[in-house]
Amino acid sequence: MTDQGIILSGLDGDRTWRLADYVKRGGYDALKKIIAEKIPADQIIGEVKKSALRGRGGAGFPTGLKWSFMPRAFPGAKYLACNSDEGEPGTFKDRDILRYNPHTVIEGMIIAGYAMGCERGYNYIHGEIFEVYDRFEEALQEAREAGLLGRNILGSDFCFDLFAHHGYGAYICGEETALLESIEGKKGQPRFKPPFPASFGLYGKPTTINNTETFASIPFIIREGGDAFLALGKPNNGGTKLFSVSGHVNKPGNYEIPLGTPFSTLLEMAGGMRGGRKLKAVIPGGSSAPVLTGAAMMDCTMDYDSISKAGSMLGSGAVIVMDESTCMVKALERLSYFYFEESCGQCTPCREGTGWLYRVVHRIESGLGRPDDLDLLNSVTANIMGRTICALGDAASMPVQSFIKHFGDEFAFHIEHKKCLVPKEVQYEGSKIYVA
Amino acid sequence: MPSAPNETLLTVEIKMLSPESLKRIDRELDKYPPDQKQSATMSALRIAQEEKGWLASETIEFVAEYLGLPAIAVYEVASFYNMYDLAPVGAKKITVCTNLPCALSGGVHAADYIKKKLGIDFNETTADGCFTLKEGECMGACGDAPVLLVNNHRMCSWMTEAKIDQLLADLQK
Repeated sequence: MTDQGIILSGLDGDRTWRLADYVKRGGYDALKKIIAEKIPADQIIGEVKKSALRGRGGAGFPTGLKWSFMPRAFPGAKYLACNSDEGEPGTFKDRDILRYNPHTVIEGMIIAGYAMGCERGYNYIHGEIFEVYDRFEEALQEAREAGLLGRNILGSDFCFDLFAHHGYGAYICGEETALLESIEGKKGQPRFKPPFPASFGLYGKPTTINNTETFASIPFIIREGGDAFLALGKPNNGGTKLFSVSGHVNKPGNYEIPLGTPFSTLLEMAGGMRGGRKLKAVIPGGSSAPVLTGAAMMDCTMDYDSISKAGSMLGSGAVIVMDESTCMVKALERLSYFYFEESCGQCTPCREGTGWLYRVVHRIESGLGRPDDLDLLNSVTANIMGRTICALGDAASMPVQSFIKHFGDEFAFHIEHKKCLVPKEVQYEGSKIYVA
Repeated sequence: MPSAPNETLLTVEIKMLSPESLKRIDRELDKYPPDQKQSATMSALRIAQEEKGWLASETIEFVAEYLGLPAIAVYEVASFYNMYDLAPVGAKKITVCTNLPCALSGGVHAADYIKKKLGIDFNETTADGCFTLKEGECMGACGDAPVLLVNNHRMCSWMTEAKIDQLLADLQK
């Protein structure tokens, strides 16, 4: 963690998740200001637009614009959902936000509910972090008892309640319409869009879904102003961002830094390369983002535009660092298995295609690759991409295409020589149990 | 043919959840609009599994009845999400993440070490019924690798061989 941020900064006490502690840090001041000054909803959405806050879950969609899609005059219930279903390999930021600063998410959601006229919200929490779910439930209870949730919040006529929904192990529920299906108590299979959730969402009502970190940024934006948030980052890339750094670094962990910070600085903050080994490759935005070579990465700054120009995506800000001991075929094999395992099975190109991708990469890794396998892989990805209801098919394809594009020689060597370019004992050394 | 009364009683007992579990399910139901009971399916199954250890068809049917849903709707959920166990597991289920970010920091080595120590492979249970080992997908805790889960709800971080030894010894007590 760092002291440059707005979400994880100042969290040095041992009870940082408690309401009293949050209030001492200026928590709920933004909400109190809105209620006391009766700030109009339009003005709040305007402030969020000004901040250039972009969705922190992966797609990077402008938050203020998303909020403005919600129908104003809709007669009846409108809903809010927070996407804390964090299961994209490499991503582990929302877990830290929720366990160290849950009230900033709650305050962000209350403000969002106020701005969009929602009466009820749900925070969908990833299945494997049950202890975090428990803590979030406690935080909700504290907020309720303090009159910050429920009917007539802080004595006003604004009513909003918030609940936690616990997932139980399905990556696909991070897709926003699958998440809604899951809250409805069904299999998490994505819906066709349109209609978009802003018109037909949870229980068929207008719904807005934002990522945990997005909501966590809202109190600062209201308290300090959209301009102040924008100034922390760079134009079109407002604010600070949490980066989850994993893999071959000395200090894996979350680092909150201004958007636009050079990758080399982030790498340094994460303690540099483990064992002094050379940087080989980086997946800059979670496992679904195209891999980049270490050299290309060293020229990037950490923001949406720079990473996109380099041919990848900032995604969720999950930076997976791989050094020279990594076999890229083996790395891709593991990722491909993940998408095969997690495909919801609804669309044929994804259900069958992810299996094809895994089996072909697996046979290359096992020394049974055939000369035309790389063409086959590219052809399978071309037949998945753009042909499915949701983005999981694309997410499974992009690693395959980019691994072959940047590390094609290594795949070709595997197929020709029936073994890894990186000696097994080097791989073994590089992937041993490491604790900072 | 109707079964003998005591047999019926026995089946009901196996199916039934404890009053404590039912109270917990009721609290979950309170989170959703009154006409959206189905939303509590996932938490009801979780609570049922906590009590029973795994989800037998009878348990799933009971949950469906309790929520007023067709059994198939609840079974679909139980079979879709991978933390539900539709077959008996050992008293302690250990799930190790071996996905790429974890694998780069020893996830696979940690799993191999547990396999060797317990003498079982993934998806197997020790002969004494104490441990089941599972391979997990991303738990959203890659910075803590190696990471494992005990019985779905307890996350253990930075699992060196020494910490694994300690954990297994504690769990066996």
